[in-house]
Amino acid sequence: MHGIAWCKSLVAFIATALIVATLVLAGCAGGPSSTITEAGSTTVQPLAERLAGAFEAKNPGVKIVIQGGGSSVGIKSVNDGIVDIGGASRELKPDEPNLVKHLLARDGIAIVTHPSNPIPGLTRQQVTLIFAGNLTRWSQVGGEDKPIDVIAREEGSGTRTAFEETVMGKALIKAAAILQPSNGAILTAVSTDPQAIGFVSFGYVGGSVKALAIDGVAATGENAKSGSYPIVRPLYFLTKAQPMGLVRDFINYCTGSEGQSIVVQEGYVLAK
Amino acid sequence: MSRYFVDRNAKYLVFVCASTSFVILAAIAMFILEESIPAFQEVGFLRFVFGTEWRPTLGQFGMLPMIVGSLAVTAGAMVLAIPLGVGCAILLAEVAPHRVRQLLRPAVEVLVGIPSVVYGLVGMLLVVPVVREIGGTGYSVAAGALVLTAMVLPTIISISEDSIRAVPRRYKEGALALGATHWQTIWHVMIPAARSGIGAGIILGIGRAIGEAMAMIMVTGNAVLIPTSPLDPTRTMAGGIAVEINYASGIHQSALFGVGVVLFVVILAINSLAMVAMRRGQGA
Repeated sequence: MHGIAWCKSLVAFIATALIVATLVLAGCAGGPSSTITEAGSTTVQPLAERLAGAFEAKNPGVKIVIQGGGSSVGIKSVNDGIVDIGGASRELKPDEPNLVKHLLARDGIAIVTHPSNPIPGLTRQQVTLIFAGNLTRWSQVGGEDKPIDVIAREEGSGTRTAFEETVMGKALIKAAAILQPSNGAILTAVSTDPQAIGFVSFGYVGGSVKALAIDGVAATGENAKSGSYPIVRPLYFLTKAQPMGLVRDFINYCTGSEGQSIVVQEGYVLAK
Repeated sequence: MSRYFVDRNAKYLVFVCASTSFVILAAIAMFILEESIPAFQEVGFLRFVFGTEWRPTLGQFGMLPMIVGSLAVTAGAMVLAIPLGVGCAILLAEVAPHRVRQLLRPAVEVLVGIPSVVYGLVGMLLVVPVVREIGGTGYSVAAGALVLTAMVLPTIISISEDSIRAVPRRYKEGALALGATHWQTIWHVMIPAARSGIGAGIILGIGRAIGEAMAMIMVTGNAVLIPTSPLDPTRTMAGGIAVEINYASGIHQSALFGVGVVLFVVILAINSLAMVAMRRGQGA
């Protein structure tokens, strides 16, 4: 135990030294007058970075620090007061703290297959049964007589959680599903496997995979906005209380007309 | 005074150098152990190590499938890599003409420097589809073992070759003088004499294989299941940590450190076992 205490004090020393060095450097550079910190969902992160950059350009002296970590980390960090704003790409769960939600954008989740797959679309019910492991061959949903390779995200991913909420309901994704740790890795896996099915954020859909129509509705931003495409999740900024001062200004900017035009440019769906 | 001063104190200097690595090892061990304690307390050590359900969002942490997964891909890789590697080392040390050796040796050395993400990508695009032709999704123990084979071969080859070359010349001359053929000499004299070096190469290879995360994430499928066939997907311990650490917080994060502790212990156990086995072998 003595050794652990020693180890801790060494870590504390290094951390302090780094912080002091950062402050000194920031001071020399005539650092920003005020700073906002954001952490959380890696789906929100690229959008938040773009919004922060635009806000900083309009408000000299303001510095906005954007970090990843995942939705769960974002929720925990903002509740603990470590950051001003938490990012989440899913609804809060009942056992999670009660935070103030600011809807930033919506993001559709596309169900994707290899481009050579002849299936035009599936019903949400069929998608549930495939990911739960009840349907195991493409012929069972009108396709070729080949097995279905189910590819999902790892546990803890906001995209997986949102998929579970909007598609799976009470059913569990089958234990034998192949797991890939990012949207990009899912794309690589699906685009190299003619039997595969997977799910990715709308922002990642490209020519290497085919996005299936769900319940007869094509996976487009338009359909997600109108509410006819069924698999859509919210992207939130979270604050512990009603935001004040600079944090309020930044959130108002993001949800206002200028921020929302960036949302559309980045391939997401408008909040309202 | 300076010359004598240096002479008298040089041993302390090298002692400091040597202890650095030990201090780093001890600090890492203490840190991951401390971080993992909350998970061990919450789940219970035995249920953590021998439990078969790993569902962090439901608070279930049983890591046995990952232990089995790591051992399965590593064992599979060794079954392939040991004969291939030792065979290649014999060729390089004893059989190949000088020109062939000059070409082969650098090629083997380049293999060591290829980053594991590249092995993973090649595995995903070449090995996985081939395994899929045989059955299953292709993301499997077999794909993991094949990729690891390529990754550990250079280590086994270069260390085995060095140790075969280091066998005193008189052993070989003695055997040949007694009428043994070249092959009999290699098989019955050179290889047994080089055994401890070859063993060291194999241990280093096992260490690299069991600790590999990136390439395994890309080709094993990461499903937390105890595989029942080489075509089943699996998740390794190192891969499991890397897949989930980005999202983990609280008890989940602690549990991943717990996986780290078990991985640490497994590697120590394999190394000690191998060392004991080699000492026995030399005594006989």
